[in-house]
Parts: sequence; structure tokens; C-alpha cells
Amino acid sequence: MSVVQQKSEVARGAGRGGARRFSLTPTPTVTVYLALAVLLVVGSVLVGIQGGVLLDQGGILNILTRSTVLGLVAVGQTIVIINGSLDLSVAYLVGLCSLVAAETMAGSDGMMVPGVLLALGVAAVVGLVNGLVVTVLKVNAFIATLGVALILRGYLEENYTGPAGSVPRAFQHLGFDRVGPVPIGVLLMLAIAGAAWWYLRRTRGGYHMYAVGGDIDVARLSGVRTGRTIVTAHVLCAVAAGLAGVFLAGRLGSGAPYVGTDAGYDLESIAAVVLGGTALAGGRGGVVGTIGGVLILSTLDTIFDDLAVDPFFKDVVRGVVLIVAVALYARRQLSRRSG
Amino acid sequence: MNAPTTWRPRLADGTAPVLAVLAVLLVALAFAGPAYSEPTGYLALLKRAAPLMILAIGQYFVIVSGGFDLSVGSLVTAEVVIAARLIDGQESATIWVIPLLLALGVLVGLVNGLITTKLLVPSFIVTLGMLLVLDGAVFLWTGGAPRGALSPSFRVFGRGGIDLPVLGHLPWSVVILLVVLVAAAQFMRSGTGRTLVAVGDNQDAVRLAGGRVVRLKVLAFVLSGLLAALAAILLGGFAGVSAQVGEGLEFRAITAVVLGGVLLGGGRGSVVAAAAGALTLEALFSLLNLLGVSGALESAVQGVIIIAAVAYASLGANLRLGFRSRTATESSTRSTPPPHKENR
Repeated sequence: MSVVQQKSEVARGAGRGGARRFSLTPTPTVTVYLALAVLLVVGSVLVGIQGGVLLDQGGILNILTRSTVLGLVAVGQTIVIINGSLDLSVAYLVGLCSLVAAETMAGSDGMMVPGVLLALGVAAVVGLVNGLVVTVLKVNAFIATLGVALILRGYLEENYTGPAGSVPRAFQHLGFDRVGPVPIGVLLMLAIAGAAWWYLRRTRGGYHMYAVGGDIDVARLSGVRTGRTIVTAHVLCAVAAGLAGVFLAGRLGSGAPYVGTDAGYDLESIAAVVLGGTALAGGRGGVVGTIGGVLILSTLDTIFDDLAVDPFFKDVVRGVVLIVAVALYARRQLSRRSG
Repeated sequence: MNAPTTWRPRLADGTAPVLAVLAVLLVALAFAGPAYSEPTGYLALLKRAAPLMILAIGQYFVIVSGGFDLSVGSLVTAEVVIAARLIDGQESATIWVIPLLLALGVLVGLVNGLITTKLLVPSFIVTLGMLLVLDGAVFLWTGGAPRGALSPSFRVFGRGGIDLPVLGHLPWSVVILLVVLVAAAQFMRSGTGRTLVAVGDNQDAVRLAGGRVVRLKVLAFVLSGLLAALAAILLGGFAGVSAQVGEGLEFRAITAVVLGGVLLGGGRGSVVAAAAGALTLEALFSLLNLLGVSGALESAVQGVIIIAAVAYASLGANLRLGFRSRTATESSTRSTPPPHKENR
């Protein structure tokens, strides 16, 4: 109605004026890193008032270590969300893959490579199932991956009551060793993020993903194999989650069925992706923003821990941050589209 | 306006399969368990299913208008925990706590709806944020674990009932469920209800036709919040106070609605079918229980059936509509999640 039109007129005016006045129009990616910087400064001050230091070596390590697993899952989640899909099965998949890796290794050094490969293979199969259910059976991605998540949950609850399997000491190095000051896990996460960035921004397959997420019908009419693209995205997402599970097995020393769900990696990873400026509807966003979103979440956690804030307060703040961030992006998007 | 004439056959399309499955399950229950040879067995089933059915009705309003409400599970937990803390075993507190709980449900729905419509945040994100906020806030307030106790008169709604001559013991929750169901069905037949479905189908068309899209969407969230509060009152009475009372209920309610043939993304489906979907789910769990299937497999079965139900609905719709109308097939073949619609 006319109210909406008026509103977009106003927004258009603001958008144009804004673009002229500032030479740098902040994209969501820039915004998220600016927000991270502000958060780090404010956090340092708050922690400093209480007599602590936020950004000493231990603090930075803490933030990075917290970001590792969520980062791996969220990078995968970014790929499916760019396709206009989403994956709710990652949390159970993380637990399943940690079990597969730990049980295959069973403490022997020789089984390390087969364990990792088998876990990633299982993840790829689950991703393939997700993708095929979405594309061949034409099931909405929300329902398809929720269904697969419930099936995985049934399997885990039926077969496991607690941690199982064990990884050899050599493999635990993956979880705890550092190269210089940086933990191996963080390097792994950044390498995966870098690979995902390269794939999405520099290859034909990556462009197809943006096209499919932007408008699937237009993509199909332009000759993109939409089904194949979506299946690929789901497989990549699942493998990233599988890698997170393998890393957790190395960190915990055994496989844990509920390690993924206890941390709520399904909804949390979606939150990180959206916080990083990727549109939930698909077609816009990227891995760089997601890493920023993950860093914001883990920095918030670290600050609250340093301030000894009630853990339940964290959830409240997370919820508010998520809604506010997306509201800001939605506002900006509106002004840019009409301008 | 010829909207009703094109709408009614679609409604029947979605409703028939779930009713058929429900009938089969109810008959199977009679064979599987001796408790189901009398009406009391089915009344007990309805009593167990009432909270989920009420939640599913609430979720239906949001889904059919093109949104999601992920916050109902944590809202149920929050309501029960708040009720226990406020009542703290005192009879006299019951009378003002119940309206307060319902008001809180309305408030949460109002906030969800206003953020979705005014700030243009996808409802998936809004209600996910609300889920985190509610989870955190309630336990922040109670210090980590539920405290206090519910009064007997509060719990009457969930576990009490009246004795009637023919039916025997009629649980209050069944009475409340029937009232809600009839009211919801009547509402969906009214002009407002039909416009709500139209919003889910094509909100731009509704806006151009003069419908108040924002108001309708907010109304859907408010109804969902209110019914979640009602479900919480029943669940609190039925199951007592715990921090896990609402866990996973949001996904279960969405499963039920989808099982009822309601299209995620909105625009298609009936409220009675959504409630029937919830009853089907509970009947299925009861049957699995009677057959000695372990509780762990329940979720796996739930997973298989929702995929099967949605695949059946979308593939079936494709076969039926085929080449006839492109727009109709388009809406069911889209693999993008429903939040898509809100952004456009």
C-alpha cells in the first residue's frame, strides 16, 4: 500500500544521500568486522575495568579456539544458505562423525587416515541424501534436513549412551598442537574457509550457487544444472560438519554422540551465517562475513566468561544481537534495492 | 472474488491423506492395545495429544501466512517455569497467574510479529532470536533451575476432567482442545482467515487488493503465542514442572502441521488437517510404544514420515497439476526455504 511506497521513497532518499556523503558504502561484510572491532574495544575496556585483560595471548587463543568448530560448521552452512537452502542436520552429523572417526581409529595409529576418510565419507553420504531429498523428492530443505536430523538422532539414541571409541595420542595433536602461536585447528578452519571462499568466488560452480540462490528459475533457464548445484552444496556442507566432528574427536579423545547438539550447532551456525550478512533467502553473502559472525559470537562468549556473567544472560544477548543485526541488514538492503 | 472456489479443492487435496493415515492408525491402535477397545482409551490419547494439537493450530496460523515460529518450544518452557515460580504452591495465586501467562504469550507473539513485519527480519531469525532470549531470560530469572510448584487448581486443566453420563470421564484438556479447534476452524472460514491464507500465497496481491498484510501477519504470531501459552498451561498440569517441558516442541509442531498437508511457505492447507497431523503424530507414537519400539527410534520414524509426507505432497501435486498451470507447480517445486517470500 501507499505507506510502504512512501517508506521506500524515504529509504531511497537516505540511501542515495548516504552513498554520496560517504565514499565507503559499508557492505555487510565490512559492517560485521567493524562490529567485531567495536566489540573487541568495548570488551577490552569492560574486562580492563574488572582488572583483567581480554586480548592477551591466552584471550586471543581462547577466542580462536572457540571459533574453530563453529567456524567449520558455519562455513559449510554458508554454502547451502547461499543456494537458498539450509541444513538442520549438521548438529547430529558432527556427533555421528566424531563417533565414526573415534571408533574406526580405536586407539591405533595406523587407522588414523582410514578413520578420517570414513568419517568424511559418512558425512558426504548424509549430505548427498539431504541434497537428493531436496532436489529429487522436492521436499522443502527445512523439512528434508529436519527429517534427516531426526533419523540421525534416532540412530544415535538407539546405539550410544555416552562417549565411545578412542583416538590415538598422535591424533590428539590435531586438537591441541600449535604452529607458532596459532592452534592447528584454527589453521584448518581458516584453510577450509579459504577454500570455500575460492570455490564460491572464483569458480564456475561457485557462481552457479549464487545464481541458484538468487533465483532458481532464472538459473535453470540460463542453463545452470540447479539440482546438481544444490546437491553439491549439501555434500560440501556435510563434509565441513564431518570435519568439525573429526576435529572434536581429536580434541575430546573419543567420539561423543551429543557434542554437536549440546552446542546447538544447527541453529547456532545458521545464526553465525546470518550475522555475517548472508541473506537467509540465498544468493547474497559469503564466507568472509560468516567468519566475522563466528568471531563475534566467540568474542561475546569470551568477554562474558571473563566478566563472569551468568551463562543464561549470554543467550539473551545472542538472541538480541542476532535480531538487531539482521534488522540492520534488512534495512540497508531495502534502501539499496530501491536506490 | 472467486478465491473460495479455487481454494476449497486444494484444501480437500491436503486434508484427505492425513485423515486416511489417522483412521488407519486409530484402527491399528484398537488391535494393538486392549486399552483402545473402549472410548476412554481414545480420550486418553486425545488428552495426551491436546497440547501438541493446540500448538500445531497456533503454528498453522504462522505457517499458512508464510512464516515460521521456532519460539513456541521455549515459550512453553518459559510459561511453565514462570507459573511455578509465581504460584509457588499457593492456591490464591492461580487466579491471576493464568491471565498473566496468556498475556505473556500474546506479548511474545506481538514482538515476533512486529519485528518480522516492521523490521523486515525473516521470521525464522526473529523466532530463533526469541528462542534464545526466552531460554536465557527465564533461567536467568530463576537462577538456572525451575523453582516453586504449581497449585492443584492450576493443574486441573491439564489432568482433571468432568464425569459425564455417556462418555465417562471427560478431561478438561479435551474440552479446551475442542473449543480451540472449532474456533480456529470458524476463524479460517471467515474473511480474515481466508485473507490470512492469501497472504501466505501472495502477499503483494493481498496488499494491492487492499488487505492489511502487516496486521494479519502480526495476528498470526499473536495467535501462535497465545495458543503456546494455553498449551503450556495444559502441559504444566499434565506433566508438571521441568526445564525440558517444551524441548523440541517447536519442531514437533511444525512436523505436525506439515504432516497435515500444509505447505511450508504458506498459502495452502487447512487448520483441521494441521490438528489432525498432530493427533496422527501422537497416535503413531502410542502405536510404536504399544508395539514395543524403543523410544529412540521414535525420532527416526518422525524423520522418515515428515520427509515422506512432504515428498508425497509435492510430487503428487506435480503429477496432478503437471503441465496445467505453471504457477501452481512453481510454488511446490521451489527448494528455497519459505523465508524467501518475506524478503521480497
